[in-house]
Amino acid sequence: MGELAAEKHVEYILSVEKKKDSFESVVMEHLRMNGAYWGLTTLDLLGKLHAVDVDQIVSWIIKCQHDSGGFGGNIGHDPHVLYTLSAVQVLALFDKLDVLDIEKVSTYVAGLQNEDGSFSGDMWGEIDTRFSYIAICCLSLLHRLDKINVENAVSYIVSCKNLDGGFGCMPGGESHAGQIFCCVGALAITGALHHIDKDLLGWWLCERQVKSGGLNGRPEKLPDVCYSWWVLSSLIMIDRVHWINKEKLVKYILDCQDLDNGGISDRPDDAVDVYHTYFGVAGLSLLEYTGLKAIDPAYALPVDVVNRIFIGRQSKKES
Amino acid sequence: MASSSSDEEFRQWIPFRQRPEWSDVKPLPQDDGPSPVVPIAYKDSFVETMDYFRALYHGDERSFRALSLTSEAIQLNPGNYTVWHFRRLILEALEVDLQNELDFTEAVARDTCRHHRRWIAEKLGTIATSKELEFTRKILSLDAKHYHAWSHRQWVLQTLGGWDDELSYCDELLEEDIFNNSAWNQRYFVITNSPLHGGLKAMRTSEVSYTVKAVIAYPENESSWRYLRGLYKDDNHSWVNDAQVSSACLKVLSAKNNYVFALSTLLDLICHGFQPNQEFRDIVDALGTPDSDRQGSDLAKSICSVLERVDPIRANYWRWRRSKLSQAV
Repeated sequence: MGELAAEKHVEYILSVEKKKDSFESVVMEHLRMNGAYWGLTTLDLLGKLHAVDVDQIVSWIIKCQHDSGGFGGNIGHDPHVLYTLSAVQVLALFDKLDVLDIEKVSTYVAGLQNEDGSFSGDMWGEIDTRFSYIAICCLSLLHRLDKINVENAVSYIVSCKNLDGGFGCMPGGESHAGQIFCCVGALAITGALHHIDKDLLGWWLCERQVKSGGLNGRPEKLPDVCYSWWVLSSLIMIDRVHWINKEKLVKYILDCQDLDNGGISDRPDDAVDVYHTYFGVAGLSLLEYTGLKAIDPAYALPVDVVNRIFIGRQSKKES
Repeated sequence: MASSSSDEEFRQWIPFRQRPEWSDVKPLPQDDGPSPVVPIAYKDSFVETMDYFRALYHGDERSFRALSLTSEAIQLNPGNYTVWHFRRLILEALEVDLQNELDFTEAVARDTCRHHRRWIAEKLGTIATSKELEFTRKILSLDAKHYHAWSHRQWVLQTLGGWDDELSYCDELLEEDIFNNSAWNQRYFVITNSPLHGGLKAMRTSEVSYTVKAVIAYPENESSWRYLRGLYKDDNHSWVNDAQVSSACLKVLSAKNNYVFALSTLLDLICHGFQPNQEFRDIVDALGTPDSDRQGSDLAKSICSVLERVDPIRANYWRWRRSKLSQAV
């Protein structure tokens, strides 16, 4: 079996600004906050977070905050819950959550909950279970889950459960590994995993593994490295990860590396990007690949970061 | 993804600073901070368009020229929430005919404009129904499993109606690709939600026939087997006792090809009380290697052994299933 080219991936992430005129660069502008989360979390998992300038990043993040308390994808961009979570997660990596006006951020996020318990992504109202996860994860990291109606949030997620045991973006939506991660993660954080038929969902999830060892996100779709995260973290949260063939999955992820230039792609021999680099490394961490920090499957942050938030100091108890 | 026609547009593109109607505007450059975290190199046209957008956005100018500027910005980068957001504010301020707006968003059809469409559709009401269904159909004709197109289509059906042709649309898609999991999911969505059909129980007989044909023709199709199971939601008794289901399993097993799902379905049936006759036992025996798979008189255990062998990537799962059988009453 090959090896993880850790040094190359670190170089790739640190040098991504040197890519001129790449399509990825052009469209990344509005979601730079997500890109920062993917890149920096990967660096932390590889033990190289110290390679970046914390103060510069923190001051940039603060500039991305909107009057409403939410964060945009970049400076001057409108707030959305997607970027708000990434901002909070990056600050958590650096143990800089105290730069936040926690009341302000959590009020923004909590304000996106609808009457039926669902969450909108922003003021324009799009509803998706992804936003349920994002809101719950974000508020939990800030110790402010008390600001939302957790019961309604849980019941909305449960209403998105399908007969195959999986979850979609809204009631009736096709089961999809990404949506499943969000729903399972949200239920894990709110202590509501008993709503899941773990055996049924575990089987659906382990059926995502194809002959090459990679994982797809739905039946009859191609495998993609990002599902190494979505499927795997879900399996871990419901305690069924032993149902996939770990060795074959490790091999698949390693085969998706660009060993010359660094970075990881969706499948072998495709172009790499920061998104898939993060999910590949995070997946390997969940598979306990040597040399990587452990990652928390629900919060998608290194375990030591999560411990610091929930155990490390005297903090408000979760409601 | 720039098409060749938009490449031509770029070649003919006139910088804003050369356009007389924009001479009063002072462009606002992007403030990335001193050392960008993920600094990005842009095309000049993109830079300038966004600089002018920023100027109008901060000045909150909701004019027709602002509207056309957002059109340009969106075509350069349809994923930018801020631009779409400001466009909506302008549309409201100008009280533009939103049917034209639907045409615009269709021309720039991308994932991220789906809630823009939804916003428009909600304002237009049921006159938007056929346009929205047509819009999603177009996307699905290019990518029949496009997740966001399907969720938008489901939203339209639930909010605005238009169920009439939905089941036959599913038929069409499944005829093109019987393995399309999204189409099977949509079929279930129609059966269980459409006011035009009688609901799951009423549709069960015809749907079981339909699905049994599918599983026999392509027994390796995970979606069709799951759909079959779903038709008996909350009614395991009917599922276990429907001869069509067990005989479908028998047919597939007899052909000795791609029988993993047939086996797992048979296993589930037995676990829910199905009493297999000798024919089933003989068929499963015929699949096994003489010594390794036979587990005495326990057919369910034999099935698990076969599955461990023929679906080795999930060996741990099948082993667990076998262990659970010992615990069963």
